[in-house]
Amino acid sequence: MSATISPSRQPSGRIANSLTSGQLPRFIEWYMLAGSLALSAVILLLMGFNVAGWLVLAAVIYLIGLGILSSAVENRRKATDRVVRGLVTVAFLLALAPLISTLITVVANGIGSINWDFVTQTSQSVFDPDTLEVTTKVGAWQAIVGTLIITGIAALISIPIGILTSIYLVEYAQPKHWMARTVTFLVDVMTGIPSIVAGLFAFSLFSLIVGPKAFSGFSASIALSVLMIPIVVRSCEEMLRLVPMDLREASYALGVSKFSTITKIVLPTAIAGIVTGVMLAIARVIGETAPIFMAASFTDNFNANPFDGPMQTLPVMAYTGYKFPGQDIAASNASAWGAALLLVILVVILNLIARVVAKVFAPKGSR
Amino acid sequence: MSEPGSRGPQRSTKGVRAKSRPADRIFLGLSTGSAASIMVILAGVALFLIIQAVPAIMADWQTNPDLTSGPTGGYANFWTYVGPLIWGTLFASAIALVVGAPIAIGIALFISHYAPRRLAGILGYLVDLLAAVPSIVFGLWGIIVIRPFLLPLSDWLNTYLGWIPLFGGQVSTTGSTILAGAVVLAVMILPIITSISREIFLQTPRLHEEAALALGATKWEMIKMAVFPYGRSGVISATLLGLGRALGETMAIALIISPAILVSVRMLTEGENSQTIAANIALNFPIATTLQREALIGTGLLLFVISLAVNMVARIIAGRAGKGALRKRKKMLAQLPPSDPSTVLAVDDVLARKSPAVHTEGADDPEPEIDREEREGKDA
Repeated sequence: MSATISPSRQPSGRIANSLTSGQLPRFIEWYMLAGSLALSAVILLLMGFNVAGWLVLAAVIYLIGLGILSSAVENRRKATDRVVRGLVTVAFLLALAPLISTLITVVANGIGSINWDFVTQTSQSVFDPDTLEVTTKVGAWQAIVGTLIITGIAALISIPIGILTSIYLVEYAQPKHWMARTVTFLVDVMTGIPSIVAGLFAFSLFSLIVGPKAFSGFSASIALSVLMIPIVVRSCEEMLRLVPMDLREASYALGVSKFSTITKIVLPTAIAGIVTGVMLAIARVIGETAPIFMAASFTDNFNANPFDGPMQTLPVMAYTGYKFPGQDIAASNASAWGAALLLVILVVILNLIARVVAKVFAPKGSR
Repeated sequence: MSEPGSRGPQRSTKGVRAKSRPADRIFLGLSTGSAASIMVILAGVALFLIIQAVPAIMADWQTNPDLTSGPTGGYANFWTYVGPLIWGTLFASAIALVVGAPIAIGIALFISHYAPRRLAGILGYLVDLLAAVPSIVFGLWGIIVIRPFLLPLSDWLNTYLGWIPLFGGQVSTTGSTILAGAVVLAVMILPIITSISREIFLQTPRLHEEAALALGATKWEMIKMAVFPYGRSGVISATLLGLGRALGETMAIALIISPAILVSVRMLTEGENSQTIAANIALNFPIATTLQREALIGTGLLLFVISLAVNMVARIIAGRAGKGALRKRKKMLAQLPPSDPSTVLAVDDVLARKSPAVHTEGADDPEPEIDREEREGKDA
């Protein structure tokens, strides 16, 4: 298009013509934003200032003001367009607010209770015979160990089943085969199982096998596996499907067996994506509270045996610290926040590992 | 490239049978077994819940000493106990959906069509981060941030809109209302609705968008005409998946609201918050006796059935979406003059393949203006 027009006819600078006459100036939205922030600040200063109210009022003034201005100067269609643009942006900022607020809250409340003793000691009550006072020492060591053991066993169960299922779906099953279709559908359905139902399942299973009071770390691992397997299957399946057919066909052409093709060609090509998916799946289930609470109950004692007795975990510690506090309510709440912060740190570490793995092991060249 | 990887190799082994090695057969057995175990696990979940729940459902709730005290005391039978809980679950999820879904769809639109292209990836990642925050952390956050935050709003709603049953009753002073719980739920379902809707919006054929813009539509009109009709079923299924997520969420509700087992539509009161199934289980499980526990497992079974149904409907709608869109497109093509369809189809496919990230330039970009001026110059 532009090639057909000679450069000399290109307009230079602003020209007042009919095309721009009925329009608002270019940066009107920024001017409006600044204006509404200022106006809102003035109004709130008269009534008592708070940040949330300031931003909300500014957004309302901005949307209404821009709508009126635009429909006066331009037309209704343009006014609607501008207001919707503002609304959509507000929706996005609204989503960022809880994310930032949550992280700030957890760090601010948890940082006070985290120290070396909190991380390395177990909770216990100390009875002082001289003063007859019972002092409780708070520690999260039993919860850290419990979280790692339970999540570790869940990962040991879920990762092989998940990867093998995805290999079946991608490498072996015919896409229209009834089993492949059923499994795909069931995996989709399984991602929607409420986490508390997974916990009830594990509890029911073990109370039938072991009898009542069947709380154990292993039972919680089973519950977490139910939640984790579908996540692993979905992410691995996606990664395996990304491996080019050419690689498989080249391998078959050389007479390599299917087993060797999968283990030597397909899996190494997809390994970065698979590890990332597995890490994210672990990060997802490590923060699950309800299933662990159902299946492993809670305790203040140190218990490293997943097959016997209740086991404490970080999310459950955060829950019970608030919902079933001990005698010293403030200390219980503080330890709950400490556990929550430790949990968030664990999740962040797992997410970082996933990103680093994705970067480092990504196959070179184009897929 | 993303075709199912099974066809090629299968075909190649059909003609000439390769020698079957033991490792091959074992591996095939292992992976098939794993796939079968998925079916076993899901069946097991249903089976064990039923086995545990049946005694409590069948028991006589008025005379059985285990059931007449504690959390299950005072109910005629299992169904009068679970009825209000189901209502509470649906009610809390519905509020969460009403609050969360429009915002989530707005975010998806912002990331797919409004945000600067370079920032879109990072912004999407930020929203996905919300999904990584453990639910218990959201619960604690709800207690100390959302509860006090909503108090002024609750007062205002109660004072001026109190005649609506939703906002009526004695307004809570602590903020432990079902509204606060539902707002936290809404935050938790944002990422799932956003990420699915975003993908759908990005798949809108670029040709449709450009056709709308070429007709002089503003950006919003383009979105109404091209993006929403194309993505409607995808967005509906995303919303249903969000609903499924909200139904099963435990901790936010258990920590935040002060519950009562009753059917109530009031959102702002202290003692009239309908309890949800999941939170009820979490609160009463540690103190329940064996039969009471089995009653709680029975309520869990119903939650399982409800969320399974919601998820299945969502998946079926999502599955239809692909086929439906294809059928609609074929119909549209059939109405075009015979020379057109092939070219339209070809251009469409090429565009879809070349640029997965569909973006249109902002309306205030300099290019259209120059184009217009050029055209005017030509005319003159």
